[in-house]
Amino acid sequence: MKITQLSVFLENRRGRLYDAARVLGEASVNIKALTIAENEEFGILRMVVDKPEKALELLKKNGFVASITDIVAVEVSDRPGGLAVILKILDDNGINLEYMYAFVEKNADNAIVVFRFDDPDRAIEVLSKNRVRVFGKKDIQG
Amino acid sequence: MIFNEKMECISPGALKDVQSERLNGMLKRVCDGSPFYRDRLENAGISRKDIKSIDDITRLPFTVKDDLRDNYPFRIFSKPVTGIAELHVSSGTTGNPVVSGYSREDLDLWSEVIARSLCCAGAVPGDMIQIAYGYGLFTGGLGLHYGSLKLGLTVIPCSSGQTKRQLKILEDFKPRLLACTPSYALYMAETARESGVRTAESSWEIGIFGAEPWSEAMRKEIERTWGISAVDIYGLSEIIGPGVACECHLKKGLHIQSDVFYPEVIDPKTLEVLPAGMPGELVLTSITKVGMPLIRYRTRDIVSIDYGTCECGRTSPRISKVLGRTDDMIIVRGINVFPSQIEEVLLAIEGTQPHYQLVVEREKNGLDKLEVLVELNESFFSDEVKNLQHFEHRISKEIESVLSVGVDVRLVEPKTISRSEGKAKRVIDKRNI
Repeated sequence: MKITQLSVFLENRRGRLYDAARVLGEASVNIKALTIAENEEFGILRMVVDKPEKALELLKKNGFVASITDIVAVEVSDRPGGLAVILKILDDNGINLEYMYAFVEKNADNAIVVFRFDDPDRAIEVLSKNRVRVFGKKDIQG
Repeated sequence: MIFNEKMECISPGALKDVQSERLNGMLKRVCDGSPFYRDRLENAGISRKDIKSIDDITRLPFTVKDDLRDNYPFRIFSKPVTGIAELHVSSGTTGNPVVSGYSREDLDLWSEVIARSLCCAGAVPGDMIQIAYGYGLFTGGLGLHYGSLKLGLTVIPCSSGQTKRQLKILEDFKPRLLACTPSYALYMAETARESGVRTAESSWEIGIFGAEPWSEAMRKEIERTWGISAVDIYGLSEIIGPGVACECHLKKGLHIQSDVFYPEVIDPKTLEVLPAGMPGELVLTSITKVGMPLIRYRTRDIVSIDYGTCECGRTSPRISKVLGRTDDMIIVRGINVFPSQIEEVLLAIEGTQPHYQLVVEREKNGLDKLEVLVELNESFFSDEVKNLQHFEHRISKEIESVLSVGVDVRLVEPKTISRSEGKAKRVIDKRNI
């Protein structure tokens, strides 16, 4: 039930984010969600794309340092307190969350949020047990 | 086996007497025979009577490579060229090449120090050696050749090149020893693999490698590939060629033949002799040479020196592997920094040849700031900022513990450090001093 995230190392230099986006765009890779984590010197671009393996290969070929990681995509109801419900489940079960970000597109009336866990398998087990919908690769990257 | 136990295991006190006596004899030879040194000592206001023991050597002026170039070809010799038995020439990238003249006695000395080095590496009389150093004006081939004969080895004078033939000789003759540059050893391995030779099963057991800088990683690679023990031999043609120093099988520094090549390690800026263990420029005086003895020759090689007795039994001091060249040294907040020191740290952490660059800047407060740019290697990339920051922190801590100078480490993307002619520029000094 895990999905694949693509992460790219970006030096804090002008035009680097554009370069990465251009490489993906030219290869018709569609970016479904993204976030950038940064400090003063560098950033890490994290994305959910429709063809992660192909995108990884392309970025490497173009001189980027990139990798793929397993993350978990979860359905969050699009109303006040929707996210809090999920976070409470995680907290109650002592599951450590590294970071999270949201999808641009929605799934009917619900939002899709991706989570990066230390132990994604256990997180999926706990979420499923609590009847939270976890999306598979087919739903998102199929 | 120790080739010359009397000299290689001599007590420190007795060594000093030998060195003092030999320095004295050498000064007489250069004053009588070398027009260059006669002028040099006279201009420095030093008479050879002022030099009573080896400790007085610090009063003598240094000799540098330009002195050899400026006195091309023979003016630095202490013997007329009719008394010279062999000449070697090392190519220079600028100006005149450097000529080395060997008298008969010097060729004997060369054979002796190479024989000592071969024994030090683990050779015994009766062994067969494949010499794949170039023969000719370069000192590597003939130097190893003379020393091997002296020790009583069976010599295959292959010279370098013709790799397929080298491999056939290896397979058919089954030599126990190999002598060549470390890069040629790796090149031969590549050729061997292409032709389906099982390198690890070769007859070579010991390799004596030198004439170019090489890292510990390269040593491991050679040892693993060929299934041999790889030792480092050091030398320079100005002094004698290979044989100035060589590792023993323990590989804890290179035993320097200090009864014949008197070593000092100096700070290349202040020219003061440094305490044992501190890295600095190696200075050598060839106290027994006859044809072309040199006084306090500045090698430009950065080493540290250890005067402790080695477990192998030799008392000869040991120099470290060459840590760098004075040419790329920088001084940051009063501390000498060599790119190679940083390279060692990165190599240890990353396990592969690192790509890095040092940038020195002077800040408004007058302090120097040293920044180390490191190209991020894929295996250390993480999708989490904190992991990359930990990685930077770990590198800076390790560098700081080696240099005793604070550094900022910055990860950069691959191939962003400019490479000219395939070699990266290691130091950018932005200070206008």
